[in-house]
Amino acid sequence: MITGRFFAAGADRRIAITIFILLAVAIIVPLLNLAVAPTSSFYVPSYVVALTGKYLCYALLALALDLVWGYCGILSLGHGAFFALGGYAMGMYLMRQIGSRGVYGNPLLPDFMVFLNYGELPWFWYGFDHFWFAAIMVLAVPGLLAFVFGWFAFRSRVTGVYLSIITQAMTYALLLAFFRNDMGFGGNNGLTDFKDILGFNVQADATRSALFAASAVTLALAVLVTWAIVGSKYGKLLMAVRDAESRTRFLGWRAENVKLFAFTVSAVMAGIAGALYVPQVGIINPGEFEPSNSIEVVVWAAVGGRGTIVGPIIGALVVNAGKSWFTGVLPEFWLFALGGLFVAVTLFLPKGIVGMWDSWRGNARALRAASINEESGTHPAVPPPPKIIRSAARTPGDWSASGPEPQPAE
Amino acid sequence: MRRQGNQLILPGLTVVDFSTTWTATRPGELVLSSSPPGREVSTFKSRQKSMVFTRAIGLTLLLLLGMLSPSNAAEADLRAIIAKFATASNFSATEAVVRELVATGDTAVERPLGALAEGDLYVRKADSLVFIGKAAGGSVALLDPLSGEKSGDAAKSEITKIKVNNTLRRAIRDALGTLTLGAKDPAARIAAADTMFKTPDATNIEPLDAAIASEGVASVKALLEQARAASVLVSDRPEADKLAAVALIGGRGDRNALSLLTAVEANSEGAVKDAATAAIANINSTLALWDAGQNIWYGISLGSVLLLAAIGLAITFGVMGVINMAHGEMVMLGAYTTFVVQEVIRNSFPGLFDWSLVIALPLAFSVAALVGLVIERGVIRFLYGRPLETLLATCGVSLILQQAVRTIFGPTNQEVGNPSWMSGSFGIGQLAVTWNRLWILVFALGVFAVLLYVMKRTPWGLQMRAVTANRRMAASMGIRTPWVDALTFALGSGIAGIAGVALSQIDNVSPNLGRGYIIDSFMVVVFGGVGNLWGTLVGAFSLGIVNKFLEPYAGAVLGKIVVLVLIILFIQKRPRGLFALKGRSVEA
Repeated sequence: MITGRFFAAGADRRIAITIFILLAVAIIVPLLNLAVAPTSSFYVPSYVVALTGKYLCYALLALALDLVWGYCGILSLGHGAFFALGGYAMGMYLMRQIGSRGVYGNPLLPDFMVFLNYGELPWFWYGFDHFWFAAIMVLAVPGLLAFVFGWFAFRSRVTGVYLSIITQAMTYALLLAFFRNDMGFGGNNGLTDFKDILGFNVQADATRSALFAASAVTLALAVLVTWAIVGSKYGKLLMAVRDAESRTRFLGWRAENVKLFAFTVSAVMAGIAGALYVPQVGIINPGEFEPSNSIEVVVWAAVGGRGTIVGPIIGALVVNAGKSWFTGVLPEFWLFALGGLFVAVTLFLPKGIVGMWDSWRGNARALRAASINEESGTHPAVPPPPKIIRSAARTPGDWSASGPEPQPAE
Repeated sequence: MRRQGNQLILPGLTVVDFSTTWTATRPGELVLSSSPPGREVSTFKSRQKSMVFTRAIGLTLLLLLGMLSPSNAAEADLRAIIAKFATASNFSATEAVVRELVATGDTAVERPLGALAEGDLYVRKADSLVFIGKAAGGSVALLDPLSGEKSGDAAKSEITKIKVNNTLRRAIRDALGTLTLGAKDPAARIAAADTMFKTPDATNIEPLDAAIASEGVASVKALLEQARAASVLVSDRPEADKLAAVALIGGRGDRNALSLLTAVEANSEGAVKDAATAAIANINSTLALWDAGQNIWYGISLGSVLLLAAIGLAITFGVMGVINMAHGEMVMLGAYTTFVVQEVIRNSFPGLFDWSLVIALPLAFSVAALVGLVIERGVIRFLYGRPLETLLATCGVSLILQQAVRTIFGPTNQEVGNPSWMSGSFGIGQLAVTWNRLWILVFALGVFAVLLYVMKRTPWGLQMRAVTANRRMAASMGIRTPWVDALTFALGSGIAGIAGVALSQIDNVSPNLGRGYIIDSFMVVVFGGVGNLWGTLVGAFSLGIVNKFLEPYAGAVLGKIVVLVLIILFIQKRPRGLFALKGRSVEA
């Protein structure tokens, strides 16, 4: 049914194009990296593969955030925590794969545990020597945390800025916890110095290309899943909760369950993004829990256009490419630029790049229609159609009538 | 005539026995004389043996000296001895002069010896006279070593400092401790008794007995008796004496007594051991009470810091529903204003340093309030009704402010000094209270009271409350709501600025200063309930105290995590905080 809709719906051509591009990139970039001679002008250097692979993970994280923020109105400032938890789960698997090749050569304990005088492996490290177990944990740990956290928060109707603040507090608490050496997660230094993933060398070009392809394919899958969720009847409910939560509740829907589902799915997606990110950058440390990281993710989604599927992906790629460029050329000014971006996007681009593109094209189409009418000399009896909005319900705030004035805190 | 032995260990394993005698010439008067029969031994092992020999010589010399020394050395004699510092070429020569000074038994030598230990004793090159020097600006003020009167200034090049090392400092301290038992100033006698309590020695008993007999102040007398009891415990006195001593020390009930009794418990047996064990248990329970008191004080202190940081946020969040993520940066701006004010004062008006914070307060308020006003007019007013976007935009503003400060002042910590009235500490029982924490508590409560007055008793406060309760109705009544918004935001930011002045005294002034406070401040506001200043007060102090009580059990970091989790759980129960607004405005 999904495939049928996928090919039939003309309006969702953009999704199809995105998935197609991602799959094409997943094949072409590794080919250009591995099969083409380094002297050729088509050659893609390995560092570009690693960098873009990292960006694709960020894009997946931004898409995950967009599912809750853009479509459900939950501004989570703690999505970096789910990302980092997924990353830690993968990092633990990679640590166990080092085996006796560590600096201390202990076959069971990772280096930092030997260094910190651990007698034996802590219980929560058991099982991480199997990839299937780590893969389950990548999904289960962020999902479970999001489920428990969301169940408490949504049930007692913690909404709006309060929810944002307590999600921030959550990631801050995890940051402090993971910084502790006796937590058994490597403390300050985190997990690093990985050797193998599934028996392949993490540093090798072929493995990196494979990880890149995996990231692109996963992102394509995530786009498909998000699109399926948003397009379904449940998706309509999601947007109804976003735009008028009380009204939805009065109509008999359980708003908290609607939100909980989206929040959990989103956290799982963020966890997968983290798990793909760690082998590509080669380290995971508590810094990933920084509240500022989570806020940056929000900006990616905002720049690209929240409430759209393609927007967060574009936003993540554009902002991170800009960050790489800026920190290379003008490292002093990156924070000015990022801060300015926060302000400019909220003030001038509330719908992001994609939203602006849509409204610009909608205006252009309306103008063209008007000029055609002008030329043919026929004055339409009906006024020109209102500007075409892709989906009225998908732009937040359209249905709610709150005016542009401050509201006292709830 | 009795004697007391003191050991000095000088560099190069030179063990010098330096004996002091006490002569009770008439009741109520103590005279101290001393002889320095220095003797060098090459190894530490032979020290015990040689000590007997040294003491024998010392005793003989003492007998002679004791008879010769006058009851009170004349000032001229003292000056003659002090003048020898000028010719002392090395540490041992200086030490010989020190011993000679102590031997006079005159309490007037405290001043030059104290100055020597501090490294404040100088020799004027021109006439080889000895002075106490106090560095003031580029020159040194010279004080008379005995009277302490000012006797001129000198450039640093005109004088030579008399060098001291740690061994010499220790010798001076020990000598002064014994000497000052008979000092006129009760504080000096208390210090001497404390030193003797911490370093008990059987030979201390007799001088202490004499001091107790002559002591007129009851509190000092008690301390002297405790010091004597401590010495009795290490002597070979009969068991009954020791039991009495344990009881006396147990009554003291502080950590020093505890460590002393623990040593006694380990080294003795029978009734004394049992008595010590009982006394230790007793002291432990007393100490637990004091610990709880100390934790409450730390908690109140932390609470006052949280209150200062959060109270501005409570106003903007409560009145306008605006999440100001740049609030922490306003605190930082206030701290940097203090830094700039202190720099100007240091460079141009050094005499005004004690007033620097008072001068910085209005400036910090103005700077932060102005920046707040610009943010409100420039960014936030376009985003009203969209709280989540406001949150993002102010986040951006905070990044810009942080980076701007980092570009101007550099990323390192800046040094902000404590004025003299804010440094140091005092004790209440076993509580140590630092002045800066106390002042910050007073200041936080003062700011709170002023704000409460503004909110409840001024027309502006009335307008703010009206806008909070019902914006449209307030606008219909002729209140200019945009102005109220702008001024409220400026007020909240200004308060953050003066919080920065206070926090600069206890925290590192760096561009990241604000980041550490923002999450805590939000927790306070959310916990206390918005739109209610009392909620913020209660929230800040209860979070502070809970945090400090958790710390000993869970450690600082885990304690903080527990608090965060508790707040997250608390919000489940009461989503609108401890003191929620009631009425229609809540669901507006």
